[in-house]
Amino acid sequence: MFSAFRTIIARDLLLAMRRRSDVLTTLFFFVIVVSLFPLGIGPELNTLRLIAPGVFWVAALLASMLALEKLFFVDYQDGALEQMLLAPQPLSILVLGKVLAHWLVTGLPLVLLSPLLGLQYDLSTATIGIMMLTLLIGTPALSLIGAIGAALTLGLRGGGVLVSLLVLPLYIPVLIFGAGAVEAETSGLGGTGHLSMLGAILLLSALAAPLATAAALRISAE
Amino acid sequence: MGGRLNLYKFSSPATFYPLAGKIGKISTLIAVVLLVIGLYMSFFVAPTDYKQGEGYRIIFIHVPSAWMSMFIYLVMAFWAGIGLVFNTRLSSMMAQALAPTGAIMTFIALWTGAFWGKPMWGAWWVWDARLTSELILFFLYIGFIALQGSIDDARRADRAGAVLLLVGVVNIPIIYFSVKWWNTLHQGASVSVTEGSNMSTIMLQAMLIMTFAFWAYSIAVSMYRVRAIILEREKDTRWVSELPEIRR
Repeated sequence: MFSAFRTIIARDLLLAMRRRSDVLTTLFFFVIVVSLFPLGIGPELNTLRLIAPGVFWVAALLASMLALEKLFFVDYQDGALEQMLLAPQPLSILVLGKVLAHWLVTGLPLVLLSPLLGLQYDLSTATIGIMMLTLLIGTPALSLIGAIGAALTLGLRGGGVLVSLLVLPLYIPVLIFGAGAVEAETSGLGGTGHLSMLGAILLLSALAAPLATAAALRISAE
Repeated sequence: MGGRLNLYKFSSPATFYPLAGKIGKISTLIAVVLLVIGLYMSFFVAPTDYKQGEGYRIIFIHVPSAWMSMFIYLVMAFWAGIGLVFNTRLSSMMAQALAPTGAIMTFIALWTGAFWGKPMWGAWWVWDARLTSELILFFLYIGFIALQGSIDDARRADRAGAVLLLVGVVNIPIIYFSVKWWNTLHQGASVSVTEGSNMSTIMLQAMLIMTFAFWAYSIAVSMYRVRAIILEREKDTRWVSELPEIRR
């Protein structure tokens, strides 16, 4: 079971490395969206500091959502997904492996790049640290929840737009606690409560989302 | 009759179709009667509120629709779960038939809420926890309807919709509490929705009658809609072609 888990992660990472432009697209989408806000709102640093947590989190949400389309689609097209459905290992474990690999190539770079963008918004080192921490806990949850939507809309007309309609309402708790933790920490209230809730959401989605995704994949690929 | 009533009999579309017609007719009648009584009571019998004036009367529409909007989602999730587990076609059709009514109820609740909020709070919209979670509920309904609409294969649409509904129903409490905590952190609730909730008996009676009217309306509309869905999906079967309204 665990060897299948490891194999699928290695395979997906290898595939991603062969198609680096896909990975970079998501990352640059995040960078561009975050850089657009100062252009729309104005270069006032006090305002920027205030809106930074919200902007970063909304941008991360959108980037994660855009990347979802590729999560199962290639495997669905070339038939690899059918083989996974037939595999003796539990499908939810394979799904978990795929989601983890997907997060490693689309979510983690975003977390690692956020300090650089934080400097654009004149954030303090402490704020950047807590922001990275929330993104580190929050973005895997986004990938896990989003996988359900990606599996449900697999192979549908206009799947990309549809997936946003399905997934974005479900992302709201992550957004609230993620951006809330940063804000609570900078305002001196302490973001531990928010971080704990974020961790709880991550654990719950790691448990339940692969099962729902596996069910949805079986429905979509039948 | 004799013997016990066989409930499973009505899990087949062919036997449920005439029953749905009967339930639909009776519910329409109940809805109309209760609406007339309820609207008369809420506009002429219920006294003017000493604090909110005549404007408060909008709650006779607002509260029932808000209740129905939440209740219908639970009923949809229930039917979707049954449909997924027992693979009964009719349950999924019920879930599909209820969705537009639920979305409309959510919309009415939001719309009347805005009408109520403008004179009472001085704003069409405030980011109150209840308002925000009602809005998110509206998004969930729209997502379900959009998903069902974009899948051509009815069986896949049913099951995909069921998974979405079940995921949604698990998320609703999480969304509600996160929105609530988010709201209390940002600002103290400036106005409580339940302020002065010691309503007079007559107001409560009018509101309950309106609630039952909305309930009957929802049942009636969803029954007519499920009939249409049954006809559409079973149009190639023999029993449909033998229906008097089809042969005509």
